[in-house]
Amino acid sequence: MTTAPPEDAVTTYREAMRDALREALSGDERVFLIGEDVGRYGGCFGVSLGLLEEFGPERVRDAPLSESAFVGAGIGAALAGMRPIVEIMTVNFSLLALDQILNNAATLLHMSNGQLPVPVVIRMTTGAGRQLAAQHSHSLEGWYAHIPGIRVLTPATVEDARYMLPAALADPDPVLIFEHGSLYNAKGALPRSGTTAGLDRAAVRRSGTDVSLITYGGSLPKALSAADALAQEGIEADVVDLRTLRPLDTETVAASAARTHRVVVVDEAWRTGGIGAEVSARVAEDSFYDLDSPVERVGCAEVPIPYARQLEEAALPQPADIVAAVHRAVN
Amino acid sequence: MLMTRETRSRTTAEPRKPSKKTAKKPARKKTPTAGPRPHAGPDADRVRLLESMLRIRRFEERCVELYSAATIRGFVHLYIGEEAVAVGVNDALGPDDSVVATYREHGHALARGVPAEAIMAEMYGRTTGCSGGRGGSMHLFDASRRFYGGNAIVAGGLPLAAGVALADHMRGLDRVTCCFFGDGAFAEGEFHETANLAALWRLPLLLVCENNLYAMGTAIGRHEAQTDLAARAGSYGMVAWAVDGMDAEAVAASARRAVTAIRGGAGPHFIEARTYRFRAHSMYDPDRYRDRAEIERWKAQDPIGLLQARLRQETALDDGDLAAMEQRVLDELESAVAAAEAAPEEPVADLLRHVTSRPPEVN
Repeated sequence: MTTAPPEDAVTTYREAMRDALREALSGDERVFLIGEDVGRYGGCFGVSLGLLEEFGPERVRDAPLSESAFVGAGIGAALAGMRPIVEIMTVNFSLLALDQILNNAATLLHMSNGQLPVPVVIRMTTGAGRQLAAQHSHSLEGWYAHIPGIRVLTPATVEDARYMLPAALADPDPVLIFEHGSLYNAKGALPRSGTTAGLDRAAVRRSGTDVSLITYGGSLPKALSAADALAQEGIEADVVDLRTLRPLDTETVAASAARTHRVVVVDEAWRTGGIGAEVSARVAEDSFYDLDSPVERVGCAEVPIPYARQLEEAALPQPADIVAAVHRAVN
Repeated sequence: MLMTRETRSRTTAEPRKPSKKTAKKPARKKTPTAGPRPHAGPDADRVRLLESMLRIRRFEERCVELYSAATIRGFVHLYIGEEAVAVGVNDALGPDDSVVATYREHGHALARGVPAEAIMAEMYGRTTGCSGGRGGSMHLFDASRRFYGGNAIVAGGLPLAAGVALADHMRGLDRVTCCFFGDGAFAEGEFHETANLAALWRLPLLLVCENNLYAMGTAIGRHEAQTDLAARAGSYGMVAWAVDGMDAEAVAASARRAVTAIRGGAGPHFIEARTYRFRAHSMYDPDRYRDRAEIERWKAQDPIGLLQARLRQETALDDGDLAAMEQRVLDELESAVAAAEAAPEEPVADLLRHVTSRPPEVN
């Protein structure tokens, strides 16, 4: 008698994230969730809906709108032996807690000569596309990727939404998880075979031989959609999902470039000084002799994200922009 | 679950300690001895406070010499004049309690029991330093003593301290977290965010404001709209009072009262210790913003001189004891300096250690 392989379940990114939180809270007494509206409201984006009823207000802890205090409290609790998961509504608001993240979470291990690890996980949304205007829509994960001492994750798939969190909690260092706001309703298959997500490797989401699309987070679906359009005209794109912005898996990027000889970097953040610039520089450093054309970049227009729908759409990288960049690279 | 709070806030200055519970004792006949003299009972506690202050004072005086000789570098913020606060508060804390300090923390670290040798080696940037040469004067750490720095950002330690207290609170541990910070922190949002959070959740947190009247070079009247700090802290629904920060015994009694109440579940407490730094903000500071007469007035209330005089008057402490104490402290310091001089430098090959818990990033 053979056992049929377990079927993949179709779920949403939001539910996958919630399952991950539920598992973390159930499995370890030291884990607690703290943040803006995580309890009674059910999470600003509905991620923690129902967890208050399951785990109570001590462990699903509504915090005042005091980003610096509750992020710092998460860091302090991690220092003292807990495994806090801190939720900040958006990356824009995380700037109010930047002092705690950069000057404390990222530095304490080093400054204390290894005495004070900070096993905190900080989750927040990032990105635009929902007409929330400038102060709720920016993609600043690249700024955080600039900082040594922290790990920066950008789950783009349902599977990563489900399995990156337990891996992040197992990491002894501070981990920031950026959830693109447009992904929460995305559906996908969740393998039931007990997958665990490694955090160190990028993933090739689509194999191709003609061009490498290097991307992450909310831009992955756009890159895949562009790749489908390109396939119609006979251009096969290799789509690399970086998954982790720090540390960067430059090997997977270089291997892709070696296969395709053309690279297009797709990043929703501003091009100037962004993570796309970093990836592009790494490609230039590591893969110069593999390239048949200059690295192309598709990023956000250099503008605070506007409210009006057509302006927001024009500001953000769209599949058509990616296709155009590929045409420039290929021709 | 948020517990119901009694909104208690006491913002009056604490009455000065009644002159002496141990009224004047008849001077005992003593034979002077050269070595350390064993003290016992309440006198021993008082003598320990004095010796602890003296250790801080002499440590920092030695730092001035070493800094002037360019042997130690960086920003060095001296605590001279404020010793009574660190010593008094630490006297009320137990080994399982936690301390979060500022960048002016040599005194907090020494009073917490971090060995002078480990701190001096840190000033030298050596391997044996309490932060392995990665922190320097402003970033002293000792996890074994639950001493969490050493934070160079004004008010930056406050949220951390709330988190340490939250962890203990959630685990039902009978521990108090003490956070030191200066009057300058009152102008930072982090103080107010933390005070609100701590009072809201009744965290076992002792907030000790070392009000030395200056935020760097700016006098309190020029940086705070309301200079009654205890009143402001009390407005968050926590018990708050002020104490004479030049009197180590008064600080110790005050801290003991607060710590007892916090252990009893009374939630966060705030103590404003009114003190003064005799030296400039840092070794770089030419100190042009203070009136010499003001400094001299405060020096007349030197916490070390005050306690010495009191102990001489009220206990059997005599010149011989003081000389022996001085010698002990100096010997300890000289051996700390010698050990730091002899300690190896942290190898440059280890530059990237401890950036993360993983092997150093190569990319």
